[in-house]
Amino acid sequence: MTVSPDHGHAIEVRGLTRRFGTFTAVDAITFDVAAGEVFGFLGANGAGKTTAIRMLIGLLAPSAGSARVAGFDVSTEAEQVKRNIGYMSQRFSLYEDLTVRENITLYGGIYGLSDGAIAERMASLVERLDLGRDLDTRVKSIPLGWKQKLAFSVAVLHDPKVVFLDEPTGGVDPITRRQFWELIYATAEQGTTVFVTTHYMDEAEYCDRVSIMVDGRIAALGTPAELKARFGGETIDDVFVRLARPGAAA
Amino acid sequence: MSSRTGGRVRAPRLPSALGAFVRKELHHIVRDRQTLAILLLMPLVQVLLFGYALRTDVRDLRVAMVDPTPDVLTVRLRNRLESTPRFRVVSTATSTALLEDQFQRRVADVALVLPTSFADGLARGDRTPVLLVTDASDPNSGTTMQSYVRAALADFESDLSAPGRGPVRIQVASRMRYNPTLESANLFVPGLIALVLTLVSALMTAISLSREKEQGTLEVLLVSPLRPWQIIVGKVLPYLALGFAITCLVLLAARVVFAVPLRGSLTLLLAESVLYTIVSLSLGVLVAARTTSQRAAMLGALVGTMMPTALLSGMIFPISSMPGWLRPITNVVPARWFIVIARGIMLKGAGLGILWHETLVLAGMALLLLVAATRSFHARLD
Repeated sequence: MTVSPDHGHAIEVRGLTRRFGTFTAVDAITFDVAAGEVFGFLGANGAGKTTAIRMLIGLLAPSAGSARVAGFDVSTEAEQVKRNIGYMSQRFSLYEDLTVRENITLYGGIYGLSDGAIAERMASLVERLDLGRDLDTRVKSIPLGWKQKLAFSVAVLHDPKVVFLDEPTGGVDPITRRQFWELIYATAEQGTTVFVTTHYMDEAEYCDRVSIMVDGRIAALGTPAELKARFGGETIDDVFVRLARPGAAA
Repeated sequence: MSSRTGGRVRAPRLPSALGAFVRKELHHIVRDRQTLAILLLMPLVQVLLFGYALRTDVRDLRVAMVDPTPDVLTVRLRNRLESTPRFRVVSTATSTALLEDQFQRRVADVALVLPTSFADGLARGDRTPVLLVTDASDPNSGTTMQSYVRAALADFESDLSAPGRGPVRIQVASRMRYNPTLESANLFVPGLIALVLTLVSALMTAISLSREKEQGTLEVLLVSPLRPWQIIVGKVLPYLALGFAITCLVLLAARVVFAVPLRGSLTLLLAESVLYTIVSLSLGVLVAARTTSQRAAMLGALVGTMMPTALLSGMIFPISSMPGWLRPITNVVPARWFIVIARGIMLKGAGLGILWHETLVLAGMALLLLVAATRSFHARLD
């Protein structure tokens, strides 16, 4: 993990709040993510994870508070934020009726890469994922595990400063998940900050730091070891259950 | 860090980003063979259907003549009717006794009952009464048949009226003015273009956009540096091209199969079609923005655009015969204006000088809807 010399934090969140009518989905959360860090963003369904992530990637305007992503304010500099982030949604985000090559070319083009850069990255991506034979196969007919690895590779095709992964490993087998995390580490090593939400608590152990969201607030934040020590659990799973259980005080 | 700066995205180069998006959209269209085939074939099938099956003009009208006092003049009238392929005189009787039976056995559609001493009356210049009995069990064709015979009678009269003599007593139905042969294909084709363009642009855009919404790819596009208007333009351009191709196809088919005239400028007609397509496309985008599934978008587009186009545009049912409260409502149906334009150009040879009002309305609608469609994308973000 290398910390960027030019600025300390890839993500700075200060009192970020989102209300829907009288319901407060995200309640004044504050945290920082260092450049090059793999940051796990955990929380039960309905805890406000998705709302928070949507504010950070500029899909949703905050009701109060502020957030800076890749050095830009999400409220006032949304366009610059968009250029400097990658995003992989929990729903599969490639076009099934396009080939692998066409998907890569499309996203390269959308992010303004030159034809030369696209060809170069496609070659290295194909080598890394061993996709050579499937380059002209339509995405719908390649296995789910590969699809997800491909979706991740496409999300970081333009070398974003920060990549947001919203439950990227849903529904894939443990071996593929393991491979997926190897891709995440490789990306982080090159200096890209990884912001990942997950339901799999074993994956939380892979993160540099994790936060656990409960009812719109951040109930705990620290390295997996710190959290286990502080809340007294064998695994992050224990910590999570303790915090997220109804009635549990943070 | 240094290894990444080379590929860092700066401002997305607009043409290439948009180009990549349009290419992808074309891939979608071409890959979906079934839909594409339907889109290209359906207009042709519709041209044939509307041209042949749905025609309201009547051919081979069987006329029963009742002529109590046959003479040169009544024979001349009879010959006149027979000389056109539209009429066939099935019987000539001296009394009306057989008429009831003929109608019941459906051997006659129209009975033309002349008075006694028809020729004398005409010669004196009197108002000569003629009774026209029509089998109106189908009111639509009944009216049509009646107006045909009236027209034939009027022709006959003007033939007889030598210069400076004999007044004209029967009025010609004004509906025939620009469509003297009463070819319904001529009237249907402009409406058909509107219907097909609505289908391709509004329905297909709504479906394809809501598909991206449903599959989650729209979210990825919205997070990308593409601006909402670029996404809309990228979505809309390929369908604009498809709509243009289909318009040409329908025009060609109408010309080859039914010899539908194009009296005005082809360029103007195509330009107006593009304008109308933009209106429909924007409607499709709006429908997709307001719905959450492909199915809902399809229903929305059908009910919101296809139905008004088919029913309220004057394509099939004349606006003038609608109830008074409904008529103002047709003004918000874009197809209503486009059909006036298309009919004007194709049948009357009208130019922009005459059709500027309708064109302005369409252009206003296009502007308004485009802005609304782009807004509806921004609205999603709050």
